[in-house]
Parts: sequence; structure tokens; C-alpha cells
Amino acid sequence: MSDPVVIVGASLGGLRTAEALRRSGYAGPVTVFGDEPHAPYNRPPLSKDVLAGGEVTHAAVAFPQRAATADVLWRLGTRIGSADLERRRVRTADGEEVGYRALVVATGLRPKRLFPRTAALAGAFALRTLDDAGELSAALTPGTRVVIAGSGFVGCEVAATARQLGCEVTVVGSSGLPMLGPLGEALAEDLMERHEQRGVSFHMGTHVAEVIGRDLVEGVRLADGSELACQVLVEAIGSVHNTEWLSGNDVDADLGLRTDSAMRVLRVDGSPWPDVFAVGDVARFPNAIYGDTPASIEHWNIPTETAKRAGRVLALQLAGDPGLADAVAERFAPIPSFWSDQYDIRLLAYGLPALADRVELLAGRRGEDCVYGYFVGAELVGVCGIGMRSEVMRHRDEVSRYGQLPIGETD
Amino acid sequence: MVKIEVDRTQCQNFGECVLAAPNVFSLNAKDEMEYVPVADDSELDNVEAAVDVCPMQAIALR
Repeated sequence: MSDPVVIVGASLGGLRTAEALRRSGYAGPVTVFGDEPHAPYNRPPLSKDVLAGGEVTHAAVAFPQRAATADVLWRLGTRIGSADLERRRVRTADGEEVGYRALVVATGLRPKRLFPRTAALAGAFALRTLDDAGELSAALTPGTRVVIAGSGFVGCEVAATARQLGCEVTVVGSSGLPMLGPLGEALAEDLMERHEQRGVSFHMGTHVAEVIGRDLVEGVRLADGSELACQVLVEAIGSVHNTEWLSGNDVDADLGLRTDSAMRVLRVDGSPWPDVFAVGDVARFPNAIYGDTPASIEHWNIPTETAKRAGRVLALQLAGDPGLADAVAERFAPIPSFWSDQYDIRLLAYGLPALADRVELLAGRRGEDCVYGYFVGAELVGVCGIGMRSEVMRHRDEVSRYGQLPIGETD
Repeated sequence: MVKIEVDRTQCQNFGECVLAAPNVFSLNAKDEMEYVPVADDSELDNVEAAVDVCPMQAIALR
């Protein structure tokens, strides 16, 4: 039997790649390695419903398995420690070598920690996996003092959930406002006020300089000198790409694994490995909407979009299909989208508001349901709303056309 | 035939399914999602795509 297609990473990107391979006609063996013990599950509810629900179960968030992928070999709880792309082999952390016909890297991200010691410190938590959510959920009892380091998506969502569970919550953020990058100043300010109205405190423009407590968290000291007592510290300061296992190979793994627009992993000289692909959060790929600069986009829809693209191209290649060159050359322009639920605040956005040089209120009112447009010159690069879903949706097409309009054209 | 079920306690009317399978899913005048519970086999790929893109993972094939 021929070597399998090996997918490293058993979350959304790995699952969708296996499905796309089957849908595109590849019927050969597929092996998926995942370091977590769980079959693929949906992560966004972890910071919201799952964290708030008390009982954390895999069944509540598991992705349904399709008949087409029933013969995929899932090797869960098995971490891949290294790879040799020249010899087409991966090696598990236990030393077992597995040859592959093609490799798909879907290893995603892990949370950045404040200090090496906090990973093992009682009362300090990071949130990425189902097991992380279970541990944090058990600690968020009413009256608990919680400090959240980081004021991005995860920080703000955990703040809202912890507050709703009756915790005393303080958010520490290095930027001036929470979620400032993705929301822009006006909406970020609005969001912060809504959190404050619900009893969350903010220390912005500073960061945690020291964690107090030897065996368990007793508090934090901030860079501005102030001290906050707490029993729970949540570290939501961003993520690290899981690419260390590829070290020693001819790849560019700086800020994500660089690929071409067909999701083929690139060598340092820019030429693609024909049999190595990357999908999801770990991949840094060029998006035609935003020019040729490769970027990794940590939005929920990106693993699905990149996996479908990689799976189809790889299936054509494995079949020796003459349509491969055309498929590789196809325009790949997945529109980023994100949403975030905090209390009854339902944020929905399309595009990349962070690129904007100008923000404008398009509909509604500040402090109520509202929609903001994000512009580069006259062109809309992002739209974000609280509520007013159809109004946000109405601008989706315009956002996806950014980069396609010749200069001077209007519509 | 393709049989579709939507968990109404999960659905937040994002409308992503409407873009993926416009013959099956729609948004009404009040922005609420409506759908055809049984669709032709030719819709299977679109409905599977709708299942994939639903942010709430509220859509299931039966």
C-alpha cells in the first residue's frame, strides 16, 4: 500500500482538509495526527457558552463526522515531534517514524504565556483547548477576583463570561482600548464603556510585569507600578504558531508558515514544496484581496477556506490531473470574517478593519446597535457592527472587492 | 433527498448559510433565517458548505 496523506493537526483545518480530499476524489489512505485526545471540535464556544455552562463536554462542541471520511485514520493523543521534508517522513514524540505521500500542516496556534513559570502555576490559565476551558470554568466561581492579561477577542470574551458568572473582573491591556486593532477607536471605546457598565474594570496602556505568588497566584504587579490582588489570572496575550516541529527543514516559519496561494508550503527561496501544504491559523498565505503580502489570519472561517483550497489542489496533484496548473493559478481571496459575543453584545465583522485610515458610522447610534465602515481612501476594507446583522451583510460584497477596483473607478 | 435540521436555540441569523446554499436558506424581512427542510440531492454540496460555514454550527444533515 502506498504511503498515506499525513495531516498533522486534528482540529478544524485538519478535518476540513480530509473532507476536501475525499470530495475532490482522492480515495487513498489519510492519517490525521492530533496532540489533543479529542476528535475535532469547535473552539469559539469555549470562551462563551462552554466556559459559562459549568459542565464542559466534548459532545457539546464536537464537529459531526461525515460518511465520506469514515475511513480516515485518526491518531489522537499523538504529538508529532519532527519532520524530514526531503525524506517525506514525520516522527512522533515517541520516536515512531511515519512516511507520507503528501503532508498537510494544520498545527494551528497555542497561547503565548506571560512568563515560563506561569504555565505550571496554580491559578494561572490560558484558553485554547477544551481541557483549558474545563479547568478555567471550574475556577470562575462567584466572588472570585479575576485578572485578565490581554484585551483582545479572548480577553474580552472571557471578561464578559466571568463577569456574568459573578466574578470580580479586571482587564489589563497594553493598547489604549480593548480590541482596538480589529474595531478601531470609536467602537473599541464604545465596547469598553459597555463592559464598564456591567462592572468590569480596565487598566489600559500597561501590562503585567510580575506575577505575585510562589505556588499559586496571589496577584499581579503592573508595569505602571500598581498591584492587583487576584485568585485567577487569565493569560490572553496572543498566540504562537506551532511550527517548531518543522525546524531544520527548508521552510519560512517566521510569524506563520509561508505558503503560496494554493497553500503549498514555500522554501526559503520562494519555490513551493510540491507535496507539503499548510492550512488554517498556522499558514501565512497571500490573499488576493489584500495584495501579495502573505499574512496569517486568525479568523474562524479561514481554516475551512484554506483546507478546501489545499484539499482540492492536492487531490488533483495526486491524481496527476492536467487541471492542476489551472487550479493553482485560480484567484484565492477568502474574505476574513469574525464575530464575538460578549453579554448581549453581538459583534459581526467582514474584511480587515485594522487596515483602515478612516472610520465612519454607517448606521445606528453609538452605545446602541450600530455599524461602522472602515476605509482606505474611498474604498471600504472592513465593516463591523453591533447587532444590525443585515446591515453588516449588505456591505460584505463591497469589502470583498477591495483590491480589485482599478484606481479611480467608483461604484 | 437532503434532509436539513437547524437548531433554533443556536441559530443567530448570521446568514452565512444563505450565501452557501441560497436555494435552501434565506433571510426574511425581519432578518430571521428560514429554510426548506427537504431539498433535492443536487443541493447536497451547497448544504454541506452551509453546515461548514455556520458560525454557530447549528445546521445538521439528517
